[in-house]
Amino acid sequence: MTAIEVSNATKIYRRYSRRRQFATLKSAMLRGSVIADLRPEETFAAVRDVSFQVASGTTFGIVGRNGSGKSTILKMVAGITKPTSGRVRVEGRISALIELGAGFHPEISGRENVFINGIMLGLSKREVARRFDEIVEFAELEEFIDAPVKTYSSGMYMRLGFAVAINVDPDVLLIDEVLAVGDEAFTHKCLDKFGEFRRRGKTILLVTHSLGLVERFCDEALWLESGEIRAAGDPKRVVGAYITDVEKSEEEHLAAVNARARETADQGAAAARSDETAVAGEVMPAPPDVPADMFQAGEGRWGSRELEIVDVQFAGDNGRIAHIFHTGEPFTVRLKVRATRPADDFVFGIGIFNADGICCYGTNTGIEDLASAEWSGEGEVHFAIDNLDLVEGTYKVDVAVHKRDGYPYDYHRLLYSFRVKSRTKDVGIYRPRHRWQFSPNIRFKPPI
Amino acid sequence: MLHNLRQLIRYRPLIQSLVARELKARYRGSVLGFFWSFFNPLLLLGIYSFVFTFVLPSRPADLEPYALFLFCGILPWTWFSSSLAESSQVLISGGNLIKKVLFPAEVLPIVTVLANMMHFVFGLPILFLFILYFKHAVLTLGELAWFPVVIIVQLILTVGLALFLSAITVHFRDVKDILGNVLTFWFFATPIIYPMDMAPPMGRALLNLNPFTHLAISYQEILFYPGPFGHWRWLLAMVVASLLLFVAGYFVFDRLRDSFAEEV
Repeated sequence: MTAIEVSNATKIYRRYSRRRQFATLKSAMLRGSVIADLRPEETFAAVRDVSFQVASGTTFGIVGRNGSGKSTILKMVAGITKPTSGRVRVEGRISALIELGAGFHPEISGRENVFINGIMLGLSKREVARRFDEIVEFAELEEFIDAPVKTYSSGMYMRLGFAVAINVDPDVLLIDEVLAVGDEAFTHKCLDKFGEFRRRGKTILLVTHSLGLVERFCDEALWLESGEIRAAGDPKRVVGAYITDVEKSEEEHLAAVNARARETADQGAAAARSDETAVAGEVMPAPPDVPADMFQAGEGRWGSRELEIVDVQFAGDNGRIAHIFHTGEPFTVRLKVRATRPADDFVFGIGIFNADGICCYGTNTGIEDLASAEWSGEGEVHFAIDNLDLVEGTYKVDVAVHKRDGYPYDYHRLLYSFRVKSRTKDVGIYRPRHRWQFSPNIRFKPPI
Repeated sequence: MLHNLRQLIRYRPLIQSLVARELKARYRGSVLGFFWSFFNPLLLLGIYSFVFTFVLPSRPADLEPYALFLFCGILPWTWFSSSLAESSQVLISGGNLIKKVLFPAEVLPIVTVLANMMHFVFGLPILFLFILYFKHAVLTLGELAWFPVVIIVQLILTVGLALFLSAITVHFRDVKDILGNVLTFWFFATPIIYPMDMAPPMGRALLNLNPFTHLAISYQEILFYPGPFGHWRWLLAMVVASLLLFVAGYFVFDRLRDSFAEEV
């Protein structure tokens, strides 16, 4: 049996031009366009021809970027807005957790608000009275229930709103990203409550950015993109496809950022080179724009360029060029280098910085006792890491080639970014290989 | 539309508790609390009585006691005008409910009208005390039987107008400002501070077009003037007119209903 059936639903919103926004009754009447102004000038389809069914007793997740139409679908299912075309049918009593505590009146007590909110959500006065203690206990507000709601903290407010909505005992529960509120303990309590709902065979429609929740909880999932369905079905597969797509666009974004960095560096380089030709033949002085303290310097590129880093790329598994990597994957920084004249005094260096500007790792061939011997013409330098053991985040990279005494040939400071993704949300600046060990009397539940 | 009206009956408990909340919340934190429902019309009455007794003291004799005459008109007018002024705002201020909770929007203007009606009802004991105080004992059962009819007609009329105003204010926010002035004008275009027969014949024809004229006259005839209730033909016509206005107001509201969640 289907609990929710959405067939070919389309929702078109009006988008106002500036003129329409400031139109008033007076100006509309002066222009004689009262009726015309009520018609939209420009429309915007928030949801386009979406169809899906949710079987009774299952949990259904909707994922997608901001503005993809998730909440609009939820509102249509809740009956708050109607689809412009198409049909939405829901079996049974609905409770929508769209905004918790919407409709609380700040001036009156929590107790009175519970009654009014419960009645608003479809309970009778007697039903609310019967569940009242349960609601208050769930919200953990026994002491404050007779205080006016305006004195509540936002957490208390949300908890009370959630407690009322969940105790309406709906057949269909609609949840819009409400688990983001509340502390850890309350979130767990909510999740337990959802679990109980599932066991009792209720239908849940969940809109969230928490992909883990969709994978763990949902029987089926839907991925929306600009109001259209991109994928539907098994949650693991849908979430996987969604993550891949998000990474792809992040990848494109990072690639664009790096390309821009390279471009500005090259412009700087071109300027430097024209200086260089002016003093050709003389003994090369230290370039004037070398920062005094390299670790304090901002991003940029400097150096004499006799030895030059022409290009920087990041590569992952199988030499695939990328900007997004997963914790533990192989990772290589590839430098294309060129010597304008043969050299025997050179050091390659590399530094990896996290978003806070903290150096996670830095080394160079000099530190590692590689004594330079000879280099002429073009070549490549690879700095390969077998397992990229960094926590999730965006990292910036320094690459440099300089003399043993520090004289910079070519220094690229914080110009290139890459991103590390991790399933585990651990924290810190690096991630040591580790494992947990427990004596037999300490046990954990098997993963869900 | 009929379906929605029937739906509304299911929401009776909600309307009840929202009216109760409205009344409680309004005076929460004030020292006198509920007594303001009595004091507000009393103070207004004091002001008007003062002005028309000491500042402009020329009146025909059959308007004595003038304070009582005024009270018969001002009490229902306050119900009417505050209902309209508040209900024009109610969908916008209650926007969160309309956008986030499945909720029949017409509950909001109806609650506004009913809450104001409760203030009116709380004012009635004072009115009757006044009647007793002035020994203006002209109340007969035959006349008093019409009293609930007048109240019901006013309720239907006010709800109809409130639905209409609340719905169009969502689209044209300047209704609020227009309404303030219209209500002031409307007050003086209704025989509340003057009796109907003081109006010139030309003006009387125009006043007859004002629905609140007949409500005000009905209240005055029942509660102030002696003799049998003579305005009953007009009142029966008002029953029909107010029902028509209600249907029209509800029709407009129903047509604009789907736009509320997007516009407020």
